[in-house]
Amino acid sequence: MTAMLKVSGVAADYGDVRALWDISLHVDAGEIVALVGPNGAGKTTLMRTLAGLHRPAAGSISFEGQTLHSLAPHRIVEHGIILVPEGRHLFGEMTVLENLALGAYSVRARSRRARTLDSVFEIFPLLRERQKQIASTLSGGQQQMLAVGRALMGLPRLLLLDEPSLGLAPLVVRGIFEVIAAVNREGITVLLVEQNAHLALAVANRAYILEQGRVAGEGTGADLLHDKQVQRAYLGYVERGSGCGSG
Amino acid sequence: MDLTLVGQKLAFGLFVGSNYGVVAVGLTLIFGVMRVLNVGHGELLMLGGYASYFAFTVAGVDPYVSVALSAICLFILGLLLNTLLFQFVERLDEEKRIKNSLLISFGLALVLQNVALFAFSADERSVRAAYAGGAFTFAGIVLPYTRLLTFVVGTVVVGLLTVLLRRTYFGMAIRATALDWEAAALAGVDVRRTYLLTFAIGSALAGVAGSLILVTFSISPAIGLAWTLKALVVVVLAGMGSIYGAFLAGLLLGTVENLSTIWVGAEYQQVVGLVLFLAVLLLRPRGLFARRQ
Repeated sequence: MTAMLKVSGVAADYGDVRALWDISLHVDAGEIVALVGPNGAGKTTLMRTLAGLHRPAAGSISFEGQTLHSLAPHRIVEHGIILVPEGRHLFGEMTVLENLALGAYSVRARSRRARTLDSVFEIFPLLRERQKQIASTLSGGQQQMLAVGRALMGLPRLLLLDEPSLGLAPLVVRGIFEVIAAVNREGITVLLVEQNAHLALAVANRAYILEQGRVAGEGTGADLLHDKQVQRAYLGYVERGSGCGSG
Repeated sequence: MDLTLVGQKLAFGLFVGSNYGVVAVGLTLIFGVMRVLNVGHGELLMLGGYASYFAFTVAGVDPYVSVALSAICLFILGLLLNTLLFQFVERLDEEKRIKNSLLISFGLALVLQNVALFAFSADERSVRAAYAGGAFTFAGIVLPYTRLLTFVVGTVVVGLLTVLLRRTYFGMAIRATALDWEAAALAGVDVRRTYLLTFAIGSALAGVAGSLILVTFSISPAIGLAWTLKALVVVVLAGMGSIYGAFLAGLLLGTVENLSTIWVGAEYQQVVGLVLFLAVLLLRPRGLFARRQ
């Protein structure tokens, strides 16, 4: 199967400091792929580079054969790649409804805005209730829902999520991940960065481990969950014997 | 206290304040959206005034109608200036943008001023519409047609801008870009094009202000800097982020200056205005109408 998203030899710099070295990975259509790794590994840098907010210093990024790495962010959105950034970056002073409306700003999405809004409200009924509320007054979990909802308004084909669980209560996080799984079943491919490695590996088909700007490992979600080294480094426990089910 | 006098001062304060407001709105729009501080804003105003002047003297266009012409000309000039000059500043990060735009626009202001001097000579220009002399009188307060029209046109133009920003999809994109340009880009907004059009709109507003000033005062190549400074004072008074706040602050400054002439000599109006400026900086540095950041 040809990959939907292909990242080859990508390097990224912040001034004189190299944050990413020779990153190669791929995401196939319909998958959920997770990126795990410690803080400062370059996961957010990679996501920002994929979204067009950052120019790679080397390498190539292509989406269904189309070159992405030289495109402006809004053009990448037109291709159907939408990032929910770390920290959400909502338009805090605007209402929930305005945030969602802006999510459909791309040419591809705007003609279907009303219909898409209805389906986003189906997924997040809470947003419909609070549509006139100012975004910055929502709770953390509600803001994350709005951020994901805003991304869904853009009719993504590949949804990039950077740390969706950050700062959220476990129950709320579960809800978000249920939504991620649900939209994936509807056909949206997902690339997910998560500090909560356990959650990420449990929901992902495949995963890559990023350490210090390099790909340090890859495998299926299940394989990595049961890998002793991964357990020691990222999951905070080591299973005894051969793992049967995760902790 | 002679109420008629107070009323008269208040009315004239509002009239001149609306001029301040229109100039300030253009400046704060550009600064608020893209953090570009265009110190040449006053020169754009001056050019707008000349556009109206020549429309009147050459083609007999009514000065208030030529406001639209001036807006169009300055809109186009704004597109050019952004494409040729300011877009390179807009690629920098925010802190560098402010500093660099200050330097670059200062140079631009000097260039525009001297080009105007060369092209138009240093003479002051003003126009007198046919109906210029007349006035309404209301409760003993004299309201000259020209001043009243200037106020109305200024208010309408700012009102139109507010409608654009609050009720159109594109206006929403402008507001979003001002709040968080990366998030706007991730939502599919073409940030570069938004900057381009915002700069053009801000320049058009300067042009409108210039036309209005042509009718109520006079213009010459040298007026730019004084109006830029006035606009900056108003923008600081208002605080960042509010378009109609800038207009209101303009009205406020105009009325405070004018009312103060009841007690102090006319030459000290500017001083009073600046005292207000200092007071706001000391007591409410965020500005009078600033929104929660």
